[in-house]
Amino acid sequence: MLHTEIAIIGGGPAGMCAAIAAAGQGARVTLFDRGKKLGGQLVKQTHRFFGSEKEYAGIRGIDIAKILCDEVEKNKLIDVKTDTTILAIYNDGVITYEEGKNYKRITSEKTIIATGASEKMLLFENNDLPGVYGAGAVQTLMNEHGIVPGNKVLMIGAGNIGLIVSYQLMQAGVKVEAIIDASPNIGGYLVHASKVKRLGVPILTSHTIKRALGKESVEGAVICELDEKWQPVSGTEKELDVDVICLAVGLSPQSELLRHTGCEVKYVPGLGGYVPMRDGNLQTTVNGIYVAGDTAEVEEASSAMVEGTIAGLSAAESLGYGKNISELKKSFISDLDSLRSGAVGEKIRSGIQKLGC
Amino acid sequence: MFKKTGVATKNMVEEKLPSKEIREKGPYAIFECFQEIPCNPCSTVCKSNAVKDFENINNIPEVDCENCTGCALCVSICPGLACFVIDETYSDNEVLIKLPYEFLPLPEVNSIVDALDREGRVVGKAKVLKVQDNKKLDHTNIITISVPKEIFLDVRNIGLEEK
Repeated sequence: MLHTEIAIIGGGPAGMCAAIAAAGQGARVTLFDRGKKLGGQLVKQTHRFFGSEKEYAGIRGIDIAKILCDEVEKNKLIDVKTDTTILAIYNDGVITYEEGKNYKRITSEKTIIATGASEKMLLFENNDLPGVYGAGAVQTLMNEHGIVPGNKVLMIGAGNIGLIVSYQLMQAGVKVEAIIDASPNIGGYLVHASKVKRLGVPILTSHTIKRALGKESVEGAVICELDEKWQPVSGTEKELDVDVICLAVGLSPQSELLRHTGCEVKYVPGLGGYVPMRDGNLQTTVNGIYVAGDTAEVEEASSAMVEGTIAGLSAAESLGYGKNISELKKSFISDLDSLRSGAVGEKIRSGIQKLGC
Repeated sequence: MFKKTGVATKNMVEEKLPSKEIREKGPYAIFECFQEIPCNPCSTVCKSNAVKDFENINNIPEVDCENCTGCALCVSICPGLACFVIDETYSDNEVLIKLPYEFLPLPEVNSIVDALDREGRVVGKAKVLKVQDNKKLDHTNIITISVPKEIFLDVRNIGLEEK
């Protein structure tokens, strides 16, 4: 059976940063990703990132993916396994996985779980019609494969993803008829909202979708207004002529593998759903199992990268690597605190407080 | 209201304008950044020391237009596309605006395009004076336009004729 010092599951921003940080201290790392290449969601983020220079602010997500991938690939201590799906983590520390078509096993001394999050679905009539997409799928089609999903889009959700994907659709020459959100306020960064408004895209808050129209595929959508109790206001139904309905209604942490380990999870809506308890080193309640990125709490990629670094440093430190790790770690912890210290970080701060760690 | 619309009101914009003296002197940057988010590239990119260092990365940037040269480095780096450069001294009737533009095709120099406001509505015509699309800008190109004085506070985008 194979053996590695640190197994890192998930090759997105958190996982890649964890690998770079741990290997940077001298630890031997195996980095797993189910995709054909590393990068996670970064590979379809064509917009410039927020944050500070340390988190590559002002650089586009696709380019951050390249920078991190290069760094991972040139580090001889990191063994990359792409096209590999982790199947289970057992009590005795054995991790089983499918690499290509082969079933394999590996043991690790420490494991960092950075599996990210998955998109939420929304209930409405005809939501199974072709033409109803998740925002992630639209980005994959458009930004990775150069295929537009349709011609006229109704975007559901005015959070950052809904706003950004609307902007990207407009860049690709696809018309966004409207962005609607059930909440009375725009959830995403207002600079993103201003960007799409400047293009003439209406943003309708306190609105929801009632049903998709069409037989074989989406031919339209019926939306309506919501009152202050989030109940539909009768007589406000409006039909939109669209062939795509794009859902950007939030993400849930992918905590399945974490649960295999038996670590304690708690339901905290502000963090995205079921999330693991963790200490300041991002170690879960199971010794040697760490967590980083959207699996820990649904947040921005900039925070995911810092968390990955902290988890990687912590895991390496616990194996006896490095000299001044605790100083280094402190500086990243303070970066993370500062990213979260403003008004938009409130939800995360109070969520983590609710976790009681 | 801004939280519902994403459209800055006239008041909000006017509050971001520098003093009369600076406006009469030459180009200055205006940052239409009204929400505290963790982001600071405008401050790290500025070579003229016109954007003060952030005490907290969530702070709203403060522009010291005394130092601003109108170089537009911030226009291209801002992930929110919220920075613009204005020059009210361009001519008697026209104001020059440098704006970020991430669409193709790029407008042609000397062409007349639609001047769009913060809601994408046509509020007049703009003349394209300069198109900067060098590699360093990394696809956030800078378009310099001139617009009639009366509408310079409203114009924040351009519209090319539909193909």
